Amino acid sequence: MKNEEMNEGKMTVIVQTIAALLFPLALIFSFYVIMHGHLTPGGGFQGGAIGASAVVLLIVAYGVKHVEEKMTEGGFSVFESLGGLIFVVVAIFGLFLATSFLANFLVNEPIFGKIPGWGQAPLNSGGILPILNIAVGMKVIGGLSAVVLILALISREGEEK
Amino acid sequence: MIYNLPFLTVVALIAIGIYAIIFKRNLIKIAVGITILESGVNLFLITLGYREGGVAPIFTNLPPGISPDQIPEKMVLPVPQALTLTSIVIGVAVLALILSFTINIYRKYGTLDAGKIRRLKE
Amino acid sequence: MKKLAFIAFVVFLFFLFYSAYEMRDFGNPPSNVRETFPDAKYKVTMDDRIIGKYNTTTGEWEYGAVEETGANNVVTSVVFDYRGYDTLGEATVLFTAIAGIMLLFGREKK
Repeated sequence: MKNEEMNEGKMTVIVQTIAALLFPLALIFSFYVIMHGHLTPGGGFQGGAIGASAVVLLIVAYGVKHVEEKMTEGGFSVFESLGGLIFVVVAIFGLFLATSFLANFLVNEPIFGKIPGWGQAPLNSGGILPILNIAVGMKVIGGLSAVVLILALISREGEEK
Repeated sequence: MIYNLPFLTVVALIAIGIYAIIFKRNLIKIAVGITILESGVNLFLITLGYREGGVAPIFTNLPPGISPDQIPEKMVLPVPQALTLTSIVIGVAVLALILSFTINIYRKYGTLDAGKIRRLKE
Repeated sequence: MKKLAFIAFVVFLFFLFYSAYEMRDFGNPPSNVRETFPDAKYKVTMDDRIIGKYNTTTGEWEYGAVEETGANNVVTSVVFDYRGYDTLGEATVLFTAIAGIMLLFGREKK
């Protein structure tokens, strides 16, 4: 029994339960780091790496075969391309609504463009920076998860041969 | 001289990376050397941007001793940190590409020795 | 060939140590541009200009990243605003690397 489980790349039920508990928490922490990228240390890249590590946790605990049934690398690739598309579209909006490509056209505007004073940290500041953070976070989550999933699949296939 | 210890650490990291790239034959070891070299470059950028007694250039939750008169003298430089952030992500992407190429080479040739895979194989 | 590589490595190592010896002091970056370039238009360096200056009497920022981009995190405002093109290029590099891996190992659709 144990040997069969090891052959499929799974770990014991203790590790699987803990991983299932920690997966949503890791995703929430990743979303927190991405959303507060313009206020606290962190940002799109770091939060995206945390989110990808949540997927890696699932792969390690449940085995790549089980994870691949739920989420494919094609889905991650679409997610990543969506992030890149949001980035470029927001940048082109800056070209039309303001002066140049990637211009921060939302700063000093009513809702999102609040400028914090000394010691203040409002969430609705930063203009387009939170949107770009979300875009880059989606890109990094999708990209790193797809890479890890493909490499895990490849090494699993190599062992079976 | 001893005060410049971070720069000497950068020199040691870069030297170890270059040594592994030049003198090792195993492709995995060459990939590890490239990663160490890249860590040296990142550490060099961060070291250039450090200012003595400085805090991170983030205005949320500043340490209690920092007043508006001490900005910018009490903060480390932000541009090298931003460039290092860019460099780290590019390094991860390049490392993933290197490792997948290595896997492909191992499947085609059956070896990881850089000297033995020189011949062409049909 | 191996001997030549070793000589090149030693010469490179010498240059590395020499540049570490000649490097300016750790933790003391230049803060006054006019000391080096007397005709410079601004006195502060680029990084100090980006960090900015807060005026306590009026309660507003005189210049700097918070005044221009509205973000408290100066590193984020450098990455996404002042050097947004860099980030776009970096995203392109990430995309290209993943496309390369997909090209190497991607399977056909079932």
